[in-house]
Amino acid sequence: MMHKTIQFVKRYRFFLFALAMMAILTVMNPTIGKKGASISFFQFTQMLMVLPPVFILLGLLDVWVPRETMVRFMGEGSGVKGVVLAFLLGSFAAGPLYGAFPIAAVFMKKGVKFTNLLIFIGAWSTTKIPMLMFEMTYMGMEFALTRLAINIPGIIFIAYALKKAFTKKEIEAIYKAADDLDS
Amino acid sequence: MDVQTYLFYIAAIVALIFSFLKDKRKSKIALKKAWKSFENILPQILSVLLLVGMLLAVANTEVISGLIGVDSGWLGVALAGMVGSITLIPPYVAFPTAAMLLEAGAGYMQIGAFISTLMMVGLVTIPVEISFFGKKLTLLRNLLAFLFSFVVALIIGLVVGS
Repeated sequence: MMHKTIQFVKRYRFFLFALAMMAILTVMNPTIGKKGASISFFQFTQMLMVLPPVFILLGLLDVWVPRETMVRFMGEGSGVKGVVLAFLLGSFAAGPLYGAFPIAAVFMKKGVKFTNLLIFIGAWSTTKIPMLMFEMTYMGMEFALTRLAINIPGIIFIAYALKKAFTKKEIEAIYKAADDLDS
Repeated sequence: MDVQTYLFYIAAIVALIFSFLKDKRKSKIALKKAWKSFENILPQILSVLLLVGMLLAVANTEVISGLIGVDSGWLGVALAGMVGSITLIPPYVAFPTAAMLLEAGAGYMQIGAFISTLMMVGLVTIPVEISFFGKKLTLLRNLLAFLFSFVVALIIGLVVGS
């Protein structure tokens, strides 16, 4: 019981802190405090209505789409297929951008092409499908699809521009460093 | 609720039915994962909702639209872009926040820059990124992504803002 309470407090410490701030604000200025609370509460109920289907789809995606099998399709000479696959892999992922770095390291070890690697990171950072669903619900179709339409060419452009900035030797050095990372 | 939300409910229900018909055990794991990932972000979401609620109660519409409103122009875009680069809030928290800011008077162009840098630029995680990709690639990637966010802002402003 004690242990569980401590764990709860630990996980929700920022929330409890914000709650305390809200309480202080309400004591100092009841009007603003009440207004803040009602804005937060309204947003919370809104969120509870919107989120369930998104998370169910996310869970199904995670279970049904395997990751390892796709790695080998993105090496040198994979052409357009590799680009598309890098996009899809990045887009089907979930989690913050720094979650992509270790996977990218594995990709380098397995010989994934430099530009495909960069496209994967770009897609992971900004065209993730679960996130697109959030974006559509909160920002509207038009906003989300416009951003997607700019991001796809943008990510490819950034990938090839970055590749241009590096010599073959530098790229090899980056791959080698990744190879040494955990050995 | 709007149309998209209904569509997601329908999609989720259909997908779930197919999944259960194919493999009961896997589907249960999927549901468990769904619940876990929701429960995982709950503390963060609750905190941000409270903080933004307070912020919006204190800072009225004029303050927000003065800083990142439609008329704040490129300065507002740059400001929003910088805030997005520094903050490390997950997108599922960022979108509700952005929607609230829009309602409170922020401009589409500025919000476009905020969301774009938020997702593509990570100042806080640069040390982690360097350990994987080295200095040059990390710095160049973040710089290009930051500049690209201005393009995103411009086009979002043209398409959605008008």
